[in-house]
Amino acid sequence: MSVNITIFKIYPIDQPGLASYSTPMIDKRVDNIAAALGDIQSGAVILSSGFGDAGAPVDLLEALINTGAENLTIVSNNAGEGNYGLAALIAAGKVSQIICSYPISAGSVVFQDRYQAGEVALEVVPQGTLSERMRAAGAGIGGFFTPTSAGTELGKSKENREINGVEHVLEYPLKGDVALIRATQADRWGNIVYDKSARNFGPVMAMAATLTIVQVDEIVELGELDPELIITPGIFVDRVFVHND
Amino acid sequence: MTAVLEKIGLTRPQVAWRIAQEIDDGSYVNLGIGSPEMVANYVPADREIVFHSENGILGMGEAPAAGQEDGNLINAGKKPVTLLPGGSYFSHTDSFVMIRGGHIDICVLGAYQVAENGDLANWATLDTSKPPGVGGAMDLAVGAKQIFVMMDHCTKTGKPKLMQNCTYPLTGFGVVRTVFTDLAVIDVTEGGFVAREITAGISFEELQEKTAAPLTLAENWQTLTPPEL
Repeated sequence: MSVNITIFKIYPIDQPGLASYSTPMIDKRVDNIAAALGDIQSGAVILSSGFGDAGAPVDLLEALINTGAENLTIVSNNAGEGNYGLAALIAAGKVSQIICSYPISAGSVVFQDRYQAGEVALEVVPQGTLSERMRAAGAGIGGFFTPTSAGTELGKSKENREINGVEHVLEYPLKGDVALIRATQADRWGNIVYDKSARNFGPVMAMAATLTIVQVDEIVELGELDPELIITPGIFVDRVFVHND
Repeated sequence: MTAVLEKIGLTRPQVAWRIAQEIDDGSYVNLGIGSPEMVANYVPADREIVFHSENGILGMGEAPAAGQEDGNLINAGKKPVTLLPGGSYFSHTDSFVMIRGGHIDICVLGAYQVAENGDLANWATLDTSKPPGVGGAMDLAVGAKQIFVMMDHCTKTGKPKLMQNCTYPLTGFGVVRTVFTDLAVIDVTEGGFVAREITAGISFEELQEKTAAPLTLAENWQTLTPPEL
């Protein structure tokens, strides 16, 4: 098989699931943000990577503003800071619900205003439960019991079970229609590596969404990433593109 | 004649110093956001302690020198940190496997209130006008092998924070092992609060007055006299 790795392909955006299989060569590279985001639908559940600013897909979130997609549910650890990235998407009125662990960072002013105005709904999930619910979605697990939040305000409406003498709550998977992820390097198969603690939610979100879109600084040739050190294998990734902030 | 105001009780760095003395060599330790972060500054020189950060770091080091900050290398409070030799990065899922799976030896958390049975209230106030946020507090409360609390003994308005029952929303039930305040080191036992150390200049009676649950004085209790910090 001859492999031409110098050509960047753009697949028809109305058939993203078929793109990787429409030629004998797996190539998940797309040209730019517009090609990456064009088919995101209104009402989508979007997993957005990052812990604070580290690993947040700021450019992808801002580009979503002009795609026409509205009524979005955003799943992320935080609720945006300042007036960029997620905060800009919220300010543009595109977000109807946020599922996160900690929306009360000092700079989360846009979210807090919209929340208090009743324009954005909020589901607060303990951070480890948030991560594990996405892992369950990615792993095909129907639910799990955890002691985290049992007996508290956050656990009161959930099914309880005592396991080995400890109260647990039943948690369900949290699946995304789309994952938006910021990473460092990719290859055309969609193998991904990250930078330091910016890795955070990237790997679990990549496996928990139907369509996973990754923005990187650099796309390297197949085989260049050390297979022992690839963090997110390409099986979990659908589109990669280079965009430097 | 000017009145001389004497500061009674430990400073925050002194409380952090006291907690650091309590951490065994070889421990894996998670430090909560805020004052608990100071504990890392006072680890005794003869101990190797590995600090864990919930956002995916083991072997977290101190703050970088000015100009050396890296926005992709931050702690749970989103402040710049460094990585020590032997340190590692991992995903959030793996990080919370460490927390929820009982692999963290000690977690030091701040608190609004602690009850005499070890109940912990540190995630929400009674003010419902603002959105709630829990972060990793509930995961740490149930997952770490031991929970230490670092807090002022009373609120800014002088109200006790060590209670018979917490009035603030609970984070975890019966999870607190020891409370380190500006006035005392207090263990949570089956018989309630036991004062193990009392800061120099404070009497047991004064300590009891500032505590909203019965206190027992440990048989071998000591006066806590920290270094100047």
